[in-house]
Parts: sequence; structure tokens; C-alpha cells
Amino acid sequence: MSRSYDRALTVFSPDGHLFQVEYALEAVRKGTCAVGVRGKDVVVLGVEKKSILQLQDPRTVRKVVMLDDHICLAFAGLTADGRVLIDKARVECQSHRLTVEDPVTVEYITRHIAGIQQRYTQSGGVRPFGISTLLVGFDPHDSKPRLYQTEPSGIYSAWKANAIGRSSKTVREFLEKNHKDDLSREEAIKLTVKSLLEVVQTGAKNIEISVMESYGKITHLDLAQIEGIVSDIEREKEAEAERKRSRLAATAAGQAAMATRAGDAASGTS
Amino acid sequence: METSFAITGKGYVIVAADTTAARSIVKMKTDEDKIKALGPHLLMAYSGEPGDTVQFAEYVERNIRLYQIRHHYSLRPSAAASWVRRSLAESLRSRHPYSVNLLLGGYDEASDEPKLYWIDYLGTMTEVPFGAHGYGSYFALSLLDRCVKKYLVISGALICHSRYHNPDATLEEGIETLKRCIDEVAKRLIVSPSKYKVKIVDKDGVREIEL
Repeated sequence: MSRSYDRALTVFSPDGHLFQVEYALEAVRKGTCAVGVRGKDVVVLGVEKKSILQLQDPRTVRKVVMLDDHICLAFAGLTADGRVLIDKARVECQSHRLTVEDPVTVEYITRHIAGIQQRYTQSGGVRPFGISTLLVGFDPHDSKPRLYQTEPSGIYSAWKANAIGRSSKTVREFLEKNHKDDLSREEAIKLTVKSLLEVVQTGAKNIEISVMESYGKITHLDLAQIEGIVSDIEREKEAEAERKRSRLAATAAGQAAMATRAGDAASGTS
Repeated sequence: METSFAITGKGYVIVAADTTAARSIVKMKTDEDKIKALGPHLLMAYSGEPGDTVQFAEYVERNIRLYQIRHHYSLRPSAAASWVRRSLAESLRSRHPYSVNLLLGGYDEASDEPKLYWIDYLGTMTEVPFGAHGYGSYFALSLLDRCVKKYLVISGALICHSRYHNPDATLEEGIETLKRCIDEVAKRLIVSPSKYKVKIVDKDGVREIEL
């Protein structure tokens, strides 16, 4: 068969690609967007929430989950795959506590998740996980916020701010432009919402924000709070546009005045 | 020798366990905590083969926590007790069974009731108003069994006064009953423990008290 490397799951193509892994990345790109932003002593996780159906129970649809007291995870891609991976991670968190009497560090559990994802690209009879994850949290006895990402291939990396899922490129570029070191709590939340608004047209009701401030202290913002932040952002944008308009008008008026003066001068000489 | 008690009262469970870690005839230390908080409203006192006890208690603790993280709510005391009992029953039928006896006390937030379960290494489980393990149990149980209620007529009102176990006892009365148990064991048991750790679970959660 000519394209068997495309069908057999974990076989290289002649030019060194693992197609199944690339398809998994494609599934991630189709998933809803998730954003993580690290501030000075806070880390914020924001996700784009799919509109739930009229008769559905919204509490049963979760995209941000706790792995342990101090670690939070958001994912983009196939939700069903996410559920399985999350469960494996949760078991590992407790298993780690049982064996060494210490909670996991964020890097440890990230590496563990990435390890599982990698295994599913190299063993037979399985397909890769169709999800990327963002992990946020605090290490035990440490006040530095952490943000990590994993991918279906098993790559993991640490970030100051990052996005995964639908239009993640746009959002990442937005974050690159607007992220500063040492963001305060409010600034970090605002940046997260702002960046999500780049891709979420429907506004506050499709955004979910979780804020982790220190070891084990996590708050999920309610709709009213998010709506408040969104309207603040809109007001700022409006003011900015207003300033731009008046500046443009002023320039136009200036140019017009110069043109008339030039016209007057010309008519005077003739 | 190892002794643990638990008593239910009005809206609370008191769990007490001695604090001696002994090896053969030698006391190794006297500040060992043998009561684990398994959740916001769940306590477990464990005794038995040293080593097995801690290993099993930690295993239970982590599994109860995992359940909580997976489901976003804690197991109720009755469910936790059933799970623990089953773990011990499976362990008993394995090549290396745990030899651990437990008292599982909790406050059931759903029904607003205190619950106490007596569990032994054979996988026996029973819900009890009060329970005890170890040599001390022989003295304490008989004391607690005397649920004699004395009715005293004080200024015309009929007041229920019980010196022994009473499921409607206030926390102060419960602690008094516990002290009587401890005193009785100290009086009659040759190898009585010198110190106890006492923990309480009620609607506000778990806390430790000094006797």
C-alpha cells in the first residue's frame, strides 16, 4: 500500500513526519481556545466556553479542572481524550503524595502528562491524545506562579503567557504585544479577558476565568465579574477610538486650513 | 497497650487514641498521632500491626482525596466506611493482609448526623453509637453500655441526666464520658497508655482538643 504510513498509527512518513500526531494537532486547533497568563504573584487561566444547549446542565461541562489542591489544568481539543488524561494526572498527583509525602510540583505533573502523551505516539494499537493542555499552579513552599503547556507529541514547555486551541496564533501574537513582566492580579485578569475577546465574539457569557493567587488559593470568577471586566475593556476601547477620531478630525481640519491659506495666497498674487 | 475510643453525641463524634508507639516491651515514643483526618468531616483512628497501620491509613487518605478531586465532593461517612471495609476485606484475602483496626467517625453533612463505624482487620464493619479497640475496649465498653438515664426533678422540670453514654449528650458531657473511659482504663489495665490524642468532628469540621 502506497500510503500505509498514513494509516498505521505510529509509523514515520518518508519525510520524517508522524501524520497521526499532526492530525492530533489539527484536532487541538479545532478545539476551543484557552489562555494562560502569569503575573507577578498570580496566574490566570481563561477559556472560551462553548455555548451550552438550552436544556443542558452547564455544571457538567468543564474545561478548567483541578488536578490537586494547587494545580489547575485547561485543555483544548477532544474533550473525551482530555477526561482520560486528566484522570491519569489526578491519580499521579495522589500517588506522588503517597510515595514521597509531598505534593507534586507543576513541572513534575506537566512532565508526567507529556510523558503519557509521548507514549501514545510510540506504542502500537493506540492513537495520540487529541489535546494540548495548559497547566497553572504553585510549587509547594514557593510563591512563584507557574505556567506550562503540553502538546499531543509529548512536548512540554514553560511560558509567561500562552494560548492553545482555536485561533491560538492570533491570541499568542496579541499576548506577545501586550504582556509585561510583573503584572498585578487585575492586570493579569484583564489581559487574559482581552486576549480571549480577540477570538470570542459573543463576549462575557462564553468566557470562563480562574485565578490562582497562591498555593491552593483559587477563585473562579462569576459571570457578573467577567461582564464587568468586559465592559471596562469595551469602554477603554471606545475611549481610545474616540481619541483617535478627534485626533484625525483635528489633523484633517489643520490640513484644510492650510489648503485654504495656500489658496488665498495664490489668489492674492494673481 | 494500644487503645482507641470513639463516642457520638449530639452533632459530633469524639475520637481518641493513645499516643504510644511501642516495640516489644519498649515504649519508643509517646506523641504518635494515630488519628488521621481523611477529609473535611471525617476522622479515622487506626491501631494494629505497626507499619501496616500507617501504610493502610495513608492509602485510604489518598484514595478518599482522589475521590474528592474526581467528583468535586467528599464521600459521605457511610460510603467511606464501606470503601475502607471492602479494602480490608480484599486485603485479608490477599497474600499479605493488613492487620489494622479502625474507628471511622464523621459528620454527614447531607443528613446532619454524626456517624461512627467500628471496623476490624477481618473486614467487619458495624455502625455504633460508641466504639473502642484494643485492651482498653474491655473496660470502656462496659462503662459506656450502662446507658442508665437518671431522671432528676429539678425545680419542677424533668431533666434527662446521664453519666454514661447518651446520644443526645452535649460536647462537654461527651468529653466527660470520654475522661471516665480513660480513667477506668488507667485504673484497671496493667499496661495502660499514658497519653491520648483527642479529635472532634462536627458540622464545623475536624479539630483537636486537649483533655
